[in-house]
Formats: sequence, structure tokens, C-alpha cells
Amino acid sequence: MNLPAPCGPMSRRVVETLLGHRTSHVLAYGDEPVLTDRDAQLALWILYELSYRGFSGVDARLEWDVDLIGLRLTLEDRFEGELRSATHDRVAQELQHGDDIGGLLLQMAEGESPRVSSYLRREATEEQMLDFLRERSLQQLKESDPQAFLVPRLQGAAKVALMEVQYDEFGAGRADGLHQDLYARTLAAVSLDATYGAYVNDVSAISLAAANMMSLFSLNRRLVAAGVGHFAILEATSSVPSRRIAAGLERLGLSPAAPYFEEHVEADAVHEQIVARDVCGSVVADNPALLPEVIFGAASLLYVDRLSGEELLRRWGSLDHDDERPAEMAS
Amino acid sequence: MSARPVRVRACPQGPLLVRGADVVLDEEGSEHQVARPVVAVCVCGRSARKPWCDDTHKAVRAERP
Repeated sequence: MNLPAPCGPMSRRVVETLLGHRTSHVLAYGDEPVLTDRDAQLALWILYELSYRGFSGVDARLEWDVDLIGLRLTLEDRFEGELRSATHDRVAQELQHGDDIGGLLLQMAEGESPRVSSYLRREATEEQMLDFLRERSLQQLKESDPQAFLVPRLQGAAKVALMEVQYDEFGAGRADGLHQDLYARTLAAVSLDATYGAYVNDVSAISLAAANMMSLFSLNRRLVAAGVGHFAILEATSSVPSRRIAAGLERLGLSPAAPYFEEHVEADAVHEQIVARDVCGSVVADNPALLPEVIFGAASLLYVDRLSGEELLRRWGSLDHDDERPAEMAS
Repeated sequence: MSARPVRVRACPQGPLLVRGADVVLDEEGSEHQVARPVVAVCVCGRSARKPWCDDTHKAVRAERP
């Protein structure tokens, strides 16, 4: 993959450092939230990508460059802090609902508005559907890669359960079943660029943040409980929306792109049960003090998902489209 | 043939998780090959992909007051 085009001082600093252009200028961080700041999210995405597949022409050893790690920690602290503030009330509220963590997580996911997938099923134009597929491409083309970093940080039953899901995500022994490649075939089926990271210069700050949140939770061992909580909601908010999106693709005459979503209807009906009950359940059973962290990861995904949904619907001129409830009331 | 015993687990308000099966028979007796390590078998009766769970039980629950 080529280095993305910088879009501000932070991503420019990262790109220039990766190209070997050192500078001693002190980076000035504003007070604006990094969650919705495209420059900050792009910088973080590039920094994280050094731990996945890297960039052509970039020395792979820079993954551990002290200056870059320093910048990453600064951005991560702020990103995590914003997620914690945004989810503080929700986490406190959910913690009052008893200690059946599996049931609680599935319940949290069910409360969410499925407006984007309903819109895609019934109303989206072809261009809006392609827009959705592009925005999602950044995370789907490395589907389950972040969560693979959680495996060595878990033990016992939680590790076994996570690997059971990951085995399925990674094709269950068949190269043609690798989920991230199914997404690439979806993109190719509608003549979009299926190359890894192809749309990094096009996607929004929120789409970058959604992808970065997974790396934040997965590449920092201290956040492993948030990582499994996030993964549970990711699985639990997939099956029903996937069915709607597949139906929307059929409606638009784009059925060659539907197999990825068809696969996720059945796969994620299984995965959500295993991740919520067995992975998260075992993590909390082993250490009950981690319950709030699991809920934090779950609430963070729901929060960013809602921002992402609102952004897409606003862009498509449908924010008031009321198939469930107004987005502003979702909390 | 699978050397491991088949394990079936009931999920509260959800499907049956079945591990180690090769074939699941639906209500009409038709055979459905098990194609993934764990499958979720519909219990609520409302799945559009029976015998497999497609998460329709969530909608069933949402309809109740």
C-alpha cells in the first residue's frame, strides 16, 4: 500500500517521518476532539497500519520509532479519553443491569437503531450503496485482524472461544472463505477498488475512527477487556443489518456483491453468542473487576456506530428518515 | 466422520449452538450440511433460513411489549 495523502499537520508529520524527513518542530495539538478530526484519525491510522501490513517504501523498523510511538500515545490518550467521556453514563447505566454479561451485551446491541441498514434495504440509490461499501472498506478489508492481537492476551476458555470465532472469520481452513477477502470480492463485484486501503484518502474521520478504535483496543494489552466487549457488539450488530444490506443489494441489481452479507447473516448469529457469552463471559468470570471495561468497549462501538450512521444519513439527505426513531434521541 | 462428540448448547432467548455435527435435519426431514465449526440452529421458528438461526428471534422479542 502507498502512504496516504496527509490532510493536516499530524498526518503530515507521520508521513514525513516515515519518508525519512525528520523535523524537530513541536507539533501543536489543538483542543478539538480527535474522534472527529480527520487529520488526527488519519495520523493514527497510518501509525497503526505499521503493525499490520505497512507501506511500500517505508522502513518496517519504523513501527517502533520512538518519536512515532510518542505521537501515537498522545493521540491514543486523547482518543480513549473522548470515548470514555462519551460512554461514561451509558456504562454506569448498564452496570446496574446485573451481572449476566452475555445477556447484557446482546441486549445493548438490540437497543440500537438499525436505520442505516434499513435505509440501504429500502431506499438507497446505487451511488449511496457504493458510498457505504467504500466507507466500510477500511475496516472490512482487515476484518478480524485487530482481534487476532487479543488472542495471546487472553487465557483459558476466553481464548478458546475467541479462536473458535476467529477460525471461522479466517476461512475455517479454506482460503476462499477468508471473510476479509469476501469483502474484497464484494467491492470488485460492483467495480470498486478492492485493494487494501484503496479508499483511505476518501473515507471520513468517523470511518477512520471506527477502524482505529479496534486497533486502540487490540494493540494495547491494558485494554483487552474493552477489546472483547467491542468485538461482542461488532458481532451482535451484524446479522440483522447484513440481511437488510443483502436485500438492498438485490433490489439495486447488485446481487453479485451480496455473498459477503449473506455469509454474515448466519455466521454472526453464531459469533455473537460465542463472543458475548463465552469470550466476554469468561473474561469477567476470571476477573469480575473487568466488567466495566467490557461494557466500555461495547458502549464505545455503539457510540461511534451511531455517529457513523448519522453522518451517512445526513450525507444522503435522510437524517430525518424515521424507520425507527430519531437519531438525536438514541442514547 | 467426526471423532468428537456432538455438543448442543441452548442460548437463553436464542438459538441452539451445535458443535461437531455433520448434518442437521429440518422439520421436513431435509438434510442440511454443516459448513462451519459451530452452527446456530433456529429455535424460535421464525428464521427465514431454517434450520439456521438468522437472528429473527430479536425481532420476535422486540414485538412483545
